[in-house]
Amino acid sequence: MKSEHAFTRPLLADNPITVQVLGICSALAVTKTLATALVMSAAVTFVLALASLAISLLRRHIPRATRLILQITIIATLVMVADLFLQAYAPEMSRRLSVFVGLIVTNCIVLGRAESFAMHHAPGESLVDAIGNALGYTLVLCTIGAFRELFGAGALLGMTILRPVAEGGWFHPIELLLLPPSAFFLLGLFVWAQRRFAKRDGGQP
Amino acid sequence: MNPLTLFFQSAFIDNLALSFFLGMCTFLAVSRRVKTAFGLGVAMFAVMTITVPVSQLVHEHLLRPGALAWAGQPDLDLGHLGLICYIGVIAAIVQILEMVLDRYVPALFRALGIFLPLLTVNCAILGASLFMVERGLSFGESVVYGAGSGLGWALAVVALAAIRERLRYAEPPEGLDGLGLAFIVVGLMSLAYMSFAGVVPG
Repeated sequence: MKSEHAFTRPLLADNPITVQVLGICSALAVTKTLATALVMSAAVTFVLALASLAISLLRRHIPRATRLILQITIIATLVMVADLFLQAYAPEMSRRLSVFVGLIVTNCIVLGRAESFAMHHAPGESLVDAIGNALGYTLVLCTIGAFRELFGAGALLGMTILRPVAEGGWFHPIELLLLPPSAFFLLGLFVWAQRRFAKRDGGQP
Repeated sequence: MNPLTLFFQSAFIDNLALSFFLGMCTFLAVSRRVKTAFGLGVAMFAVMTITVPVSQLVHEHLLRPGALAWAGQPDLDLGHLGLICYIGVIAAIVQILEMVLDRYVPALFRALGIFLPLLTVNCAILGASLFMVERGLSFGESVVYGAGSGLGWALAVVALAAIRERLRYAEPPEGLDGLGLAFIVVGLMSLAYMSFAGVVPG
């Protein structure tokens, strides 16, 4: 597989969230504001890239029978590093993300890429594949996060863009968007739009 | 907290699937048919009822700051090892449960099939353990919390499977069928579950 291909494919055509249906749990829970979505994406990118690299480097030494335990241990170690880093340097953000940083351990994207790609490919390719997938994840997360924050609270990254009525502006915030179910609706619509366009361009839906 | 309140709260108000989005990958993948969804729900309930209290014991007696006083290390705080310990506990319990079921209840073991090992990487179970630590539950409370969360998750997945079986006869717009529609159904269910919030005062 060409490396540009491995890099761009997961962005839309083979997006980890909307097409492979992996790692949805965290994708929905942290998209209430753009800031949490960005930090979560950064954490996932860090873990995914380093885990794929490490597993790919070790792939000839990992016995088949115990590979899952080894992979999980590597991933859990990286997640602990990310979690402790956030607790130390961004305690406020760490509180808002609650248990969801820890839950990257069981995020199927990380284990899925390790199992299906990094175990059979060279470190360079695995790293490219991991970053491509992480960017695909980031793309969906930030789109939904930005939409929910902009139309749910009239702000982006905490800065007011559409001034709400309560502060003398004209914008009526759509409060439904701040509630958990709206994340499902938006993701459903996202999947719908993406499949429609994929079909029109002649690709496989 | 009153055990009944805690049970109701963990099963319905704080439903792990519908208000915290945990275990979504399995939740969507295994909800095409009621029969398989039911099998998964039973496995989930069993594993959660056991792992949450065991994780509580590990946290209370090994990891909590000062927990190792009995070993002459009163200043030691192993809290940062939590994640690895809980995932280890979950993997071990799933493995033991698999062996016990295979030996004593082979019919149930066959019915559960692949779902049992897959529960190791289900974030709802790890999430329940992490929430238990975050809220500082006691051992008794953690039993109730584990059972309630497991039951709530199982009910939600069976309900979604029942809806999706009916939806097979519907004609959604092109491209929306399958995954997109499933998301929107889950969103509506989640909206409905929010109405439980008023049942428990406070």
